[in-house]
Amino acid sequence: MDIKKENSSTRQFLSGMELLKQGAEARVYRGQFLGKAAVMKERFPRRYRHPTLDEKLTHRRTAQEVRSILRCRKAGIAAPVVYFVDYTTHCIFLEEIAGSVTVRDYIHSTSKTDTEKLHSLAERMGQILAKMHEEDVIHGDLTTSNMLLRTAMEGGSLDLVLIDFGLSYISALPEDKGVDLYVLEKAFLSTHPNTESVFETLLKSYTVSSKKSAPVIKKLDEVRLRGRKRSMVG
Amino acid sequence: MTIVIGFEGSANKIGVGIVRDGAVLSNPRRTYITPPGQGFLPSETAKHHRACVLSVLKEALLQAGIQPADIDCVAFTKGPGMGAPLVAVAIVARTVAQLWKKPLLGVNHCIGHIEMGRLITGAANPTVLYVSGGNTQVISYSERRYRIFGEAIDIAVGNCLDRFARVIKEMAHKMLGAGECTPEDLCFSLQETLFSMLVEVTERAMAHCGSREVLIVGGVGCNLRLQEMMEVMCQERGAKLFATDERFCIDNGAMIAQAGWEMFRSGHVTSLEDSWVTQSPCHPDLPNVQPQCMSQLAPFSSPSAHSARRQTG
Repeated sequence: MDIKKENSSTRQFLSGMELLKQGAEARVYRGQFLGKAAVMKERFPRRYRHPTLDEKLTHRRTAQEVRSILRCRKAGIAAPVVYFVDYTTHCIFLEEIAGSVTVRDYIHSTSKTDTEKLHSLAERMGQILAKMHEEDVIHGDLTTSNMLLRTAMEGGSLDLVLIDFGLSYISALPEDKGVDLYVLEKAFLSTHPNTESVFETLLKSYTVSSKKSAPVIKKLDEVRLRGRKRSMVG
Repeated sequence: MTIVIGFEGSANKIGVGIVRDGAVLSNPRRTYITPPGQGFLPSETAKHHRACVLSVLKEALLQAGIQPADIDCVAFTKGPGMGAPLVAVAIVARTVAQLWKKPLLGVNHCIGHIEMGRLITGAANPTVLYVSGGNTQVISYSERRYRIFGEAIDIAVGNCLDRFARVIKEMAHKMLGAGECTPEDLCFSLQETLFSMLVEVTERAMAHCGSREVLIVGGVGCNLRLQEMMEVMCQERGAKLFATDERFCIDNGAMIAQAGWEMFRSGHVTSLEDSWVTQSPCHPDLPNVQPQCMSQLAPFSSPSAHSARRQTG
């Protein structure tokens, strides 16, 4: 590991932080940054990759993540504020969304019979995703673990925040948006069994929330068929 | 005591294997190899299989030292795979099943790989990377079924590597001509990138399922560099890597027999009417086999493994 990186101020800063989790791609810490509650996402080097490839991918993912978050925020889509980026250690300092729960946990804790709650959540999700795709931001890793719900005010609308833009990119192609939704569909249905109708509500809400939605839904239907029909040999 | 014979010929390998209660008694195989620069076509492959399947069958019985009467069940690859070779082999399986008066079992080729991988390595509940000429999938057992958590939609890794080698001279003639790099450089770069992608997606699936074991199956799984990379990733996470050698990574009859053995013991059989073959997978969530010792599942946690596409942009 690069000595410069080891002794960098970021590394020292992080060593005083609370490690929240180590995912497949990054370590996430929690602490204070300039007096604000912050989350630090560190993309550490992956030794299994060729160093040139590793540096290229890690840098690109860090830059893409920040770019996409900013683009979303400019368009009024809820995503964490970016406080600081260190490109030597590939560390992003983000606003901590306090008092939030992942959509995944929210669905798990909601009774299956409380359909109204689930469907209004799905409606809100469809709206926010439609807005994101209107901005030509492809999230790339849509799952219910990558959406946060800020504990709602009395009678207020569900406050959804999108996170984890590491695999995101900019594209106007309906194909890419269709695949984005397909990834969410697979993730959604495998994590939350027997919620097909909830997801349908999500798609309906997506369709009405955006003028560009029709070709995207068409592509989604095509992509659904693609994975199954190809012949597999070997 | 249960003895199952398995017939596999979904691609260019034709294999007949015999399994008895977890022991592989025999596993002979022949491979249809085309001249360099050519891929293999269905009709030619089927022709190859038809020509040697009976010799391979005889070899299997001889090496195992058993008679047809000793066999409890005849298993064969139902799919997925190439149409003509699948049919050629299925016909033999159906015929011997009727001749010997034994029940038939149509087996999913992917499950064959997984069940044999588990048997040989002893992996309990692994995240499986199935990567071959025709398949690239990350599979995990969840809620009583093997589920595909991620897969390549356009082309399998093995096929991609083969085709790349075939077109490299034409497609990269400018770069090669200018001396910017050698064909070896290009192949190395492709391999490193593809394998990094495979390891990353596997790791995401492990994080999602809370799994501490990885099993690599399929022909590309023989590749030592892929195994090396996966081992590094596993070490960093405190997980264990299971890999088999070319006897079982590459398509073989015993893997079909083994999967058939599991299914037969759970009470499955395939009637003659249902013994058709299919090129495409019957269902994205592979038919459930009740594997032995399948312990309780680990809880799901983020991040997801679904982003099989766009990994390296």
